[in-house]
Parts: sequence; C-alpha cells; structure tokens
Amino acid sequence: MLEIKDLHVCVEEDPSEKILKGVNLTINKGEIHAIMGPNGSGKSTLSKVVAGHEAYEVTQGDILFEGESILDLDPDERAHKGIFLAFQYPVEVPGVTNKNLLRQAYNTIAKEQGREELDPIEFEDYAAEKLELVDMKKEFMDRSVNAGFSGGEKKRNEIFQMAVLNPRLSFLDETDSGLDIDALKIVANGINQIADEDRAVVMVTHYQRILDYIEPDYVHVMIDGRIAKSGDKDLAVKLEDQGYDWLSDTASVSVNGEQN
Amino acid sequence: MSETEALESMVGGEYKYGFTTDVEYEEFPKGINEDIIREISRRKNEPEWVTEFRLEAYEKWTQMEEPDWPNVEYETPDFDNVQYYSATKKKGNGKKPESLEDVDPEIIETYEKLGIPLQEQKQLQGIAVDAVFDSESIFTTFKEKLGEAGVIFCSISEAIQNHPELVKEYMGSVVPKGDNFYAALNSAVFSDGSFVYVPKDTICPMELSTYFRINNMQSGQFERTLIICEDNSQVSYLEGCTAPMYQENQLHAAVVELVALENAEIKYSTIQNWYSGDEEGQGGIFNFVTKRGHCRGDNSKISWTQVETGSAITWKYPSVIMQGDNSIGEFFSVAVTNNRQQADTGTKMIHVGKNTKSTIISKGISAGKSNNSYRGQVKISPRADGAQNYSVCDSMLIGQTCGAHTFPYIESANPTAKVEHEASTSRVGEDQIFYLQQRGMDEDDAISLIVNGFCKEVLKELPMEFAVEADKLLGIKLEGSVG
Repeated sequence: MLEIKDLHVCVEEDPSEKILKGVNLTINKGEIHAIMGPNGSGKSTLSKVVAGHEAYEVTQGDILFEGESILDLDPDERAHKGIFLAFQYPVEVPGVTNKNLLRQAYNTIAKEQGREELDPIEFEDYAAEKLELVDMKKEFMDRSVNAGFSGGEKKRNEIFQMAVLNPRLSFLDETDSGLDIDALKIVANGINQIADEDRAVVMVTHYQRILDYIEPDYVHVMIDGRIAKSGDKDLAVKLEDQGYDWLSDTASVSVNGEQN
Repeated sequence: MSETEALESMVGGEYKYGFTTDVEYEEFPKGINEDIIREISRRKNEPEWVTEFRLEAYEKWTQMEEPDWPNVEYETPDFDNVQYYSATKKKGNGKKPESLEDVDPEIIETYEKLGIPLQEQKQLQGIAVDAVFDSESIFTTFKEKLGEAGVIFCSISEAIQNHPELVKEYMGSVVPKGDNFYAALNSAVFSDGSFVYVPKDTICPMELSTYFRINNMQSGQFERTLIICEDNSQVSYLEGCTAPMYQENQLHAAVVELVALENAEIKYSTIQNWYSGDEEGQGGIFNFVTKRGHCRGDNSKISWTQVETGSAITWKYPSVIMQGDNSIGEFFSVAVTNNRQQADTGTKMIHVGKNTKSTIISKGISAGKSNNSYRGQVKISPRADGAQNYSVCDSMLIGQTCGAHTFPYIESANPTAKVEHEASTSRVGEDQIFYLQQRGMDEDDAISLIVNGFCKEVLKELPMEFAVEADKLLGIKLEGSVG
C-alpha cells in the first residue's frame, strides 16, 4: 500500500536542517505499525510529509501509494486517495461545526472516489454510528471544530474524523499522548474497530502503553532521521525497559557508514 | 507555490461587477457652488424648503475641514472636479417611469446582470426593490402591495414631492446638515436614495431593499436614505452596492437616517461591494458614509448589520442613539480588505435612556497590503441607569503584509452601567489550511470555510436570502487562482 524509499527531507525554509535522512518503510494493507523513537528523531515529520505538509521539502527518495508516487500531490489530493493524518495538535477552526467540516470533507472525498455524496440527513445518521465508536454524544457534532475542546476530546475527535472519512491508510501522530487511561481505552477501541484487512494504520508514539490495547504487527524505532531498528511487539517492550540508548550506537554506525 | 503565496493570491478574487452600462446622461457641469446646488434642486423640481436645506448645508460645508483622524491615507478628492448630479436622459416626459416599459432597457439589463431582476414576477418572493442608478432612483417594485399595508417605499425625491410633511419632519433630525464634513456635503447635493415609512402597528410585509449602482465615471454618488418606523411597527431593509472598474477614484458620500418610535424595530443590512481598486490601489470608490439610527421611543430597537467587502477607502460608523428607555442598539459587522484597500469602520453606541442595551460584534479580515481598523465609541450618559454594552472585535489576518487595528473609546458617566469589551487578533494559519486540506478540501474551500466560521455570528444576522449572497461574496472575494 505505502512504500517509502530512501526518503530525505529538510525544512523548506532552511535546507540545512535535514530531518529525515534515508527512511525506508513498507506498509501493506491489513497491517498495524508502530513508530517509536526519542523526541526530534523525525517521527512526526514523517507523518506530515506523507500527508503532504508544505513546510518540508523532499530532497531525495520517493513515497509510493498503491504503486504511484504521491510527491507531486497536494494534501487534499492525497486525502482523496485515502490517506489520513490524525494530528498531534488538532487545529481549532472557530465557528465551523464538526458536522459542517466533516460533511464537506466526506462529500469531497466521496465525489473524488466516485462514491455517492450524502445529504445532511443521511450524513447525520451515518455520523451518529461513528460517534459511538469513540463514545461521544451527538452534541459533539454541533460544536466548533476543536474550539474549547479538552486535550482528550481533541484526540477523540481525530479518531472520530478518521472513522467518518474511512481512510485506507491512517497515520496517528501521538494520538495517545495526553490521554488518561479511560480515554486511551476508548481511543484504542475506536482504532481497533476501524482497522481491518483492507486498511493500514501507523501509530507514531512515545509510549508502549497504547500497544497494550492495539497490537502492532511491526514496531520501528526512529533515531536521527532514520529507522534504526524494526521488530515486533517485543521490541516495544524492550524499549520501554531499556530506553533508546542501546540503539543509538547502531544508528551512528550507519551514519558514519554513509559518510565514508 | 507556497501556502502563503496561495493564500495571498486567493484573496485577490476577481471583481465580477466591473462592467459599464452605455447610457446617455443629461449634461451637467462639474464642480460645486450655490448655483450648482440651485440647479440640482431645480432639476429635481424641489420645493423651496429643500433648496434652503441644501444651501444651508453648503454654507456649513464651506466652513468645515475634511477630517484627518481616520486611520486611512488618500488624496483628498478634488471637489471641483466632481459632477454632483447625474441623470440619464429620459424617454417621454422626463418623469420617473411608471412601468418598467419606460425604463431604458440597458439599465434593466444591468440590474439583471447584477442578479437583481426588476420584473416583479422574476424577483425573490417577499422582497421589494428600489433600484438607484447613479444619482436617481430608476424603479421601485411592489409599491402597490406595500401600499395596501400602508407602507411607503419610494425614492426620497418622490417622497419630497408626495409626502413633504414626513420628509420635512424627519430629514436632518438624526444626522443634522452640519454633522460632519461629508454629511454636510451630502446634505447640500444629495441626489436620491430610498424613503421608507412604516405606519403605527404595522409589520412591513416584505423585506425592502435598495440596490445602488454607480455607473457614471465623472459623478459622485450622494444618496440619502430615511427610514421611519412609527409605534409598534417593524421593518427589515437591505442595501447592496456595486460599481464599474475605473482608473479614477469616485466619491460616494451617503447619509442614512433611521428613526424608531415606541416599540418599533428597524433592521438595516448592508452588503457593500463597491469596486475596490486594482492590486496597486489604482481606482476604486471612496466610501465616506454617515449612518445613524435614533431609538426615539421606549423599547425600540435598531440593528445594523454590514458586510463590507468593497471600496478603496471605507469610512463609516453606523451608530445608534438610544434615547428611549429600554431601547436596544446593535451593530454586527464583517469588513474585508484586500490589496491596497483601507477601511476605518465601526460604530457609536450612545446610551441616553435607562436600561438601554447595545451589542457590538465586529469581524475584520485583512489580506494583501490592506489596512483594516475598527473604531468604536460607547458613550453612557449620566441618566442611563442600568445601561449595558457588550463589544467583541475580532481581527483576522491573511498573509504577512496587512494590518489590523482596534480603537475602542469608552466613556461612562453612570456608575450603574456595565461595559464589556473583548478583542482578539488571529492569523489564518498554514496549519489551519493544512488541517482542512488533509481532510480533503482544496485551498479555496479551506479558506472560505475558515473565514465563514470566523464571521458566522455576523452572517447569521442577515436576512436569509441575503446570507447566501454574502456567503458567496466572501467566497469570491477570497477566492483566487485555484478555483
């Protein structure tokens, strides 16, 4: 589904600031991946670059979705293909209701994908089902997007949006951080219900804790702009116990290797 | 193209009403002096007291200075180079046409192009229209139907002829002829405008609307509108404005007076889309307007809603004097500036009566190299016990080269009064746009959604039919290369 090949990325305004330095990653449908790593290792950047954020420039490598490069596509065109990003810091849009935003988003994507658009009443019914997935009340739909939401509500809203838009590939950027244990369970439960054999989910996270509720097929560790190690769930447990230091050596070895 | 560039180009939406209509005008000399004023009055066949009104205003005007306190920069118009009267040559007897067949088909077509068909059967149900082309009212629809309810809706020129007692009593009673520089100029040379009279115990059965069109390149537009609502009556009135694209600036100096008697309610909405000049600030309308409402009776209410998107310079403060006890003044405003536009707009809420209440919601959106200022005064007189004001002024910036300013003036002479003022400034962030794009919307739709959300509290105050129009207008104004 998604193939990231030797991806090098710098900040658009400051090309000397290189963030990703050769990321390789393949994600197939039906898989759940977790990407872990210390602060500043490039995890969030990777999610944003896949979604098409223009603050970053790809200097080398490629991103293929369903076999085609998406590097030239605008963020909305990538969304139309079924790529979703749950934001680490969901953005507030005052005066625009969740319902309004989501119906417009849903219908835009449906239209691009040749599916039927929903009228306001049909949409309300459709969205009501999805609300249950994240245990939210109907009033939620009439509130302005993320405005005045608590941290936990914002994260739940991201998963709710994901459920409504029903993407093929979802990047969840630290969706678990800032959640108390109850909220974490709700969010994890929502994600589990959305994930199926036709979809793929990538969780970017600092903590092993969410992986107790969502079992990943693969765990990757990012260090200094590269995937330093990949493994299964046990790798996450080891990271929780031992931190990232034992991996840094491996990473720096390959950095040196490249320079040579 | 970076998102910032996209944002900036997006706000440069094309002006769709910039065409000119080819009509023949009556000859009229440029410039201003007593003879010109007498000539205007003569051509309009006005009674002596109106001529006197004009001459007194002119006398005052000559002794006044143009104000320099607004936060805008422009070259003072050359008042001797403006044509103060502009009328198209009439067919037949030169009187205002009784039926549409007597109206120049070019003009009918113009209004048609603007989306304002003058044929009653083509119009939105429930809206009567007065069409003002340059300085004269061309045609007023649904007069008969309104007449049945006792409502008078006609041009002010007709009102002077047919209802002189009403005009004499109220004209200049809210905005005195020497009120300010541009109001004095208007009082001297006012051309046409709308007149509305709603008798006692009457709810006006239709929305009333005036559509102002400046066509003549040489002429200024000096319309004057007067709305009177007697005891226990109500009216909702809307004005729309457009003008062709010319290289030269044109002067528009209007006066609007509203009078609400006991328990009366006037809702006045404006969608102003005068030509705003090109990207470099060449051309566009100078919009210097005095609008004031007087809640003369107890429990009366005056509400101003404005969506200001056009004009090179806007200088306008729709105000309410709340004299009657328990009267209410409201001001809801969206002002959008782009390119080199400058707007200094806001309101004055003058609390005189007891328990008077005012609300101010102002939303300024600046883009390009424009400058957008809110200026608002809340004044509470010593006898206004229990007066309350609530003000919110929010500014939104699009891009890095525009400016937003807020100048609130609060004077309270009564310790029981409560005045609240909130202000905020935000920037349409690339993050907001990225977020909405990630949800599948293109840049145009994303910006449109953000801006509409920002203005929602104001847009919901517009009459339904016009809310859609305003929504579209904001879209056009803020749309660009992508759409």
